[in-house]
Amino acid sequence: MIKAEQKPVEEILSFLEPYNKILLVGCNACVAVCHAGGEKEVGLLASALRMARKKAGKKLEVLEGCSTRQCEPEFVDELRGKAEDVEAILSIACGVGIQSVAKGFPEIPVYPGVNTKFMGETDELGVWVERCQACGNCILHLTGGICPVARCAKQLLNGPCGGSQEGKCEIKKDVPCVWQQIYDRLKAINQLHRMEEFIPAKKWGQESRDSGPRSIVREDLKV
Amino acid sequence: MKAGSNLEKVLEKGLFAVTAELGPPKGNDVTVIERKANLLKGYVDAINVTDNQTAIVRMSSIAACSLLVGRGLEPVMQMVTRDRNRIAMQSDIFGASALGIKNMLCLTGDHQSFGNQIDSKNVHDMDSVQLIDCVRTLRDEKTILGGTDQVEGDIKMFIGAAANPFGDPFEFRVIRLAKKVAAGVDFIQTQCIYDMARFKEWMKMVRDRGLHEKVHILAGVTPLKSAGMARYMNNNVSGITIPDEIINRIAKAEKPGDEGIKLCVEQIHELRQIEGVHGVHIMAIEWEQRVAEIVEGVGLLPRPAA
Repeated sequence: MIKAEQKPVEEILSFLEPYNKILLVGCNACVAVCHAGGEKEVGLLASALRMARKKAGKKLEVLEGCSTRQCEPEFVDELRGKAEDVEAILSIACGVGIQSVAKGFPEIPVYPGVNTKFMGETDELGVWVERCQACGNCILHLTGGICPVARCAKQLLNGPCGGSQEGKCEIKKDVPCVWQQIYDRLKAINQLHRMEEFIPAKKWGQESRDSGPRSIVREDLKV
Repeated sequence: MKAGSNLEKVLEKGLFAVTAELGPPKGNDVTVIERKANLLKGYVDAINVTDNQTAIVRMSSIAACSLLVGRGLEPVMQMVTRDRNRIAMQSDIFGASALGIKNMLCLTGDHQSFGNQIDSKNVHDMDSVQLIDCVRTLRDEKTILGGTDQVEGDIKMFIGAAANPFGDPFEFRVIRLAKKVAAGVDFIQTQCIYDMARFKEWMKMVRDRGLHEKVHILAGVTPLKSAGMARYMNNNVSGITIPDEIINRIAKAEKPGDEGIKLCVEQIHELRQIEGVHGVHIMAIEWEQRVAEIVEGVGLLPRPAA
């Protein structure tokens, strides 16, 4: 899922400086799971903003809303009633959701309340880690289901560099070397021969976002 | 002959090769290169010119190599995949070859977080194994990577790469070498060796796979200036472990620097006895003035004429 982190309140307040009435919207999908932009966070952030502005002597009216999935146009439409007479919208959905809101309300300024970080999984309570970079051509079948594109600091495709030491990456002592993990995993599933296979230079240009924004078109689903 | 470089000729004749390293200046001061080059001239078969090593910004390897060529020295151009994509790398290889550079070393490069540009974006469009494959394609198939576009001219490049027998997982280290050999590497320069037992174990694995007959292995050494340097390298440089007995020996010596040189000479003598080791790569970090006495101390002078 997409992982995000709330921006510092001071930064958010600087965006809202010119306004007296805003709508704060969250999303109950990915960003709710990582406690950055769900219904609960909407309530907490709204209170924090109101208090800070009251203290500064410039009251801010904050309406609250939360989409089921902010990246879907029909859910954005549901916010229309609340957005009627606000001067700006602050979204704490991921970067996709924020853009969906901007698209849905072409006449209202929209501001981000989070920094969208990565696609990842929950490692432990309160810890999320990056797992996929959407490179566009999955090679997990070659690497034991563990991704070096997302998890190696150098995106190496042909095994660990010389900086792999006792299972750790040279860049940080607390970061596991993903190629050590791949090696161990391939050994466990009797596929160590894969470590001998040469993986040629990847087609970043054709498959990743380096070719510009990507889209998926399914003619069979179009109406 | 694949490239006709001096280094290739020495190795193909079955002679024990000697290479050294030259770090370019952190600016355009050519006198730094001249001073270091003069210290090495006549004592080594080729000089590696590092490519922004430890991610510290320095004069480009290609420019420094060209300056060496102009002064009658043979460079090994190091190229890391950290800073360039495949367009820039192939373009620079064309340019390097046009400037008379005949050897190159294909590396991944130290992570930018170690250097003085920690906010930079690394590239890693290719990794070092893929870069070897790329140079071999330019040279042998005479086309650009992944295409049919013909190379105008001849890329005469003797292709090198690194190997670190001290990285983990240990059993993979020889597999990685095999991948580099399959990709087309001609010579290998290893990470500096202090743990002789582990290096010998690695070399045995290399011989068991017959790789020593397919690639020239130059064993890497770095003379220690002081016990402090030894401890620093042991604790901070990934892939280097220095046994306590070596650190103690340097620490107890009256003149630690001289002891470091003496130790380095002994190491090279020992490395020469290992089957499959075809040369030595002396990485005297900011200590180029001591390379001559090391080479002389091992009895490897004079160097063969090209």
